[in-house]
Amino acid sequence: MGGFSVSGYGPERGTMSKLFARDSLARRLDWPILLCTLALSVIGSALVYSATRNRTELVGDDPYAYVLKHVMNVGIGIALMIGTVWLGHRTLRTAVPILYGVSVFLVLLVLTPLGTTINGAHAWLDLGGLSLQPSEFVKITIILGMAMLLAARVDAGDREYPDHRTVVQALGLAAVPIMITMLMPDLGSVMVMAMIVLGVLLASGASNRWILGLLGTGAAGALAVWQLGVLDDYQIARFAAFANPALDPSGVGYNTNQARIAIGSGGLTGAGLGNGSQTTGQFVPEQQTDFIFTVAGEELGFLGAGLIIVLLGVVLWRACRIARETTELYGTIVAAGIIAWFAFQAFENIGMCLGIMPVAGLPLPFVSYGGTSMFAVWIAIGLLQSIRVQRPMSA
Amino acid sequence: MTNIPETGRTPRVQIRLIILQILVLSLLLTLGGRLWYLQVRNGDEYADEANGNHVQRVVEPAVRGSILDARGVPLADNETRLVVSASRTELMKMKDDGDAVLTRLAGVLGMQPKEVADKVRLCNAETPQPCWNGSPYQPIPITDEATPKQALQIRERAEDFPGITAEPTAVRRYTAPADARTSQVLGYLSPVTDEEIQAAKDTDSPYLRSDQVGRSGLERTYDKQLRGKAGVTAYEVDKLGRVMRQTQAEPAVPGANVVTSIDARVQAVAEYELYDAMKKIRMETDKITGEKYKADSGAVVVMESRTGRVVAMASNPDYDPNAWVGGISGKDYAKMTSKKSNYPLLNRAIQGQAAPGSIFKVVSASAAVRAGYDFDGRYNCSSSYSLGNRSFKNFESKGYGPISLGQALEVSCNTVFYALGHQEWKRDGGNKPKKNPGDWFYKTARDFGLGAETGIDLPNEVSGRIPDRKWKQEYWKANKDIWCQQGKKDGDYAERIAYENCLEGNRLKAGDSVNYAIGQGDILVTPIQMATVYSAISNGGTLYDPSVGKAVISPDGQRVEEIKPKAHGKLPINGKTVGQLDKALRSVTQSGTAAWRFGGWPHDKIPIRAKTGTAQVYGKQTTSWLATYTDDYTIVMTISQGGTGSGASGPAVRNIYDAMYGLDKSGKQDLKKALLPKPQKDLPKIESDGSIDAPKVKPYVPIQEEPPAQNELAAGLTPGRRD
Repeated sequence: MGGFSVSGYGPERGTMSKLFARDSLARRLDWPILLCTLALSVIGSALVYSATRNRTELVGDDPYAYVLKHVMNVGIGIALMIGTVWLGHRTLRTAVPILYGVSVFLVLLVLTPLGTTINGAHAWLDLGGLSLQPSEFVKITIILGMAMLLAARVDAGDREYPDHRTVVQALGLAAVPIMITMLMPDLGSVMVMAMIVLGVLLASGASNRWILGLLGTGAAGALAVWQLGVLDDYQIARFAAFANPALDPSGVGYNTNQARIAIGSGGLTGAGLGNGSQTTGQFVPEQQTDFIFTVAGEELGFLGAGLIIVLLGVVLWRACRIARETTELYGTIVAAGIIAWFAFQAFENIGMCLGIMPVAGLPLPFVSYGGTSMFAVWIAIGLLQSIRVQRPMSA
Repeated sequence: MTNIPETGRTPRVQIRLIILQILVLSLLLTLGGRLWYLQVRNGDEYADEANGNHVQRVVEPAVRGSILDARGVPLADNETRLVVSASRTELMKMKDDGDAVLTRLAGVLGMQPKEVADKVRLCNAETPQPCWNGSPYQPIPITDEATPKQALQIRERAEDFPGITAEPTAVRRYTAPADARTSQVLGYLSPVTDEEIQAAKDTDSPYLRSDQVGRSGLERTYDKQLRGKAGVTAYEVDKLGRVMRQTQAEPAVPGANVVTSIDARVQAVAEYELYDAMKKIRMETDKITGEKYKADSGAVVVMESRTGRVVAMASNPDYDPNAWVGGISGKDYAKMTSKKSNYPLLNRAIQGQAAPGSIFKVVSASAAVRAGYDFDGRYNCSSSYSLGNRSFKNFESKGYGPISLGQALEVSCNTVFYALGHQEWKRDGGNKPKKNPGDWFYKTARDFGLGAETGIDLPNEVSGRIPDRKWKQEYWKANKDIWCQQGKKDGDYAERIAYENCLEGNRLKAGDSVNYAIGQGDILVTPIQMATVYSAISNGGTLYDPSVGKAVISPDGQRVEEIKPKAHGKLPINGKTVGQLDKALRSVTQSGTAAWRFGGWPHDKIPIRAKTGTAQVYGKQTTSWLATYTDDYTIVMTISQGGTGSGASGPAVRNIYDAMYGLDKSGKQDLKKALLPKPQKDLPKIESDGSIDAPKVKPYVPIQEEPPAQNELAAGLTPGRRD
């Protein structure tokens, strides 16, 4: 950051001034990111309320049932973020092997009878009333694990770039949970993880050959998946409906069609919160989670839905800045992984609501209802803040 | 802290991070752009689609307005039937989908539970009839024949019958007051078609699927006024069809009432007398063919001479318009459209065309005056008129010597008009016509409004035909191929005619003009045209558009829109000639061809004029015409294959006048018995509650010369008549 010194302060400082003193934690936090994510959470809560208040099959007689759980999730998420900042990403670096092991174990558990299926994706763990989606945590551990491996020798000053062996190790580390997730199958998460791997490799400075090779493998893999019939019928149907939205509007194409009608009918200013007829009439399925952007589109209009995109943009912009300005490669790689994750997941989620991406069960960061994903994105914010806060200390 | 961060960052990583940043930015811009495209650019389109998604309309049909006679007697109104309906939306809210309610309902209505359940199920590919084909948000009728007791049971135990209504519902009824069916004038209704719904979708009076539309007669002409506006309640429903809220409620606006100039009593007399005249003439033998008269159809028009308003209009054969209510049966429809029944749907007063015969002579006389002949001049009424090798005869070959045009009308002398027609034809150049021929006889017919619709407010009026040079040319062009194929120089009569037509059918020939001068040949007129012409002579020369509708009155009687008489022209003759025609026509009833039918008529009190006509039709018996008028009324009657004008129609027309003026056979007037001695001026009053203070009408009892059993008559009135 630009260096200008403030010298007008006296030696005695109050608690508040201490908190905001130069170099204090509060001064070093990235406030735009924090404010934007909080704003997204507030908007998300309002949208979750609007989407669920009259879905009696979800909320029973209490229209606030869902939104209360959602607000609680946000609270837990913020607590996790504070915890992450307090621990610091460097401390977490030492714990990576344990975190990685636990997350892979949890993903494996999904494949056991403990796993449950929601919307055709077998991605949940049912732990006595608490549903967990371990693949959300895996996203974090992949980032941390790969960053640890790739940055180790560079940060130690041994090398300028990670060597091939390290890259292979890092890819192997990512491949294990990705394969398991693919077996669930939770294709949406697999795509996000693939993007994370790409982002991480990009930021690590690994040879261009690796980047291009990975892109090629991804394309070949997608083709193979398609050809070998690994995909379930519902996944093929989703892609078919994406390719041709007019296809069977009451069947497969229904979701995307209704989503587009909801967003389109919002116009510039929207119908007003709680007034969207598509939303109130429950024409769009999964509206509190995957299709929450349609509520924003219909009820808040172009201005409200556009604000969500702008807020996400600010978060990503600041995150890029953090990635560029941190002094150690480890922090850069972690930040880049998070950027790739948020950017792709937001693009895929909003894109499917807008009909420019195929349908995949991915939540919109900070906005969608869903515990595990909410926790994961707030932890990621904690990591970003930690990288920024701790930046000067490595100087 | 140093001001220059010691990043140790290699340029490669920095560049890669910038690439990442650009990628992220472009993804977000893509989203923003697409969002703008959907919401701002195409937003309206999607808003429409969203509306179609979740708005359901429930329609409450408007009560159709009544059609009233001039004094407020309903000719068409609505009767109330008790309709029990079930609201599917309400039933589906119940735990058992309303099964219990429907079973209870079946018990009250005396129906099988399954029968009731079948009526409320929705039609789809797998569901056979009975099933409900309409909107599921529309109350579904279970029965329209509930008794008041059943309706009361359902209403009083509303808690036992949630979602069930027992409502009196209006159904069209043609009342036939005084036995006046007025069939073709009233017309009928039938359900709206898909095409009509599409066509009227964006107009200010769109149709509903449940709508009935006027198909002919007044029901069609005044459909828009009569129909009213259906009430529409729009509900916003969710994906499962549950009603979320009511978004629009427009109450039904009942249709307006149409007051006509028809007098139900006079209409009844006209219908009966036409029917009776046809029945009687069928018993007489036609001297020309040697067979009994067929009298296959006929029409009579009673018109107010000074306004063109139609007081009665009858066309025989007729039908019971109630057959159309609630959907016509296939059997009835086949009957009404078959050749055997001789097409009772036709309103022969405006759709029947025939040669006018001698009643056309008022036009010919006027044409002669316009061509420069003196009305009071002397014209030779010989017994026959020779044209080449053909001889055109007078009726029964009588000759009267030199007479005036007035006298020629009085005795209906053909030869006078033959000669005038021939002379005019020659003056126009004969077989080598002049560039601008006078064509007075043809021009005058057109100026009298013949060959064109009169503009009556009834649909599908026909125009008749004036066979002038232009028509000849067009007709020849259209038919010459057939004529030339069929024509033989030495064949039978029809073949010779075809041969002649093939060669010179496009030319107006001497024979054509001679025949035309007495209303024979290719000329065609409708009864309403002739009524308009004679009304004009009666009123001093104004050709009125005949009209049946007199006023449109709002259901609460507050807004009255009068339909004022409209004229479409003036007779092309001056007042003097009109007076001369009038005088001649008056003598027709006193000493002329119709005098024998008007014996005892009070000529001094109620001057009456008439002209008889007997038109020859190739291959058929003669058409009987009688055109008459008093100062107030014009009556024209025609009977196809009915013999002579005075013979067939004379007594009938006189009986109509007698009934209207309250005259007995000796010509004594009893105003108490008179149905309509003066035209009805005032409009009937409609109270604010919609009730109409209409006088009671009694069926017409004809005065019989030799009174037969009354019930025999009634039974023979028209077979198949209702009530």
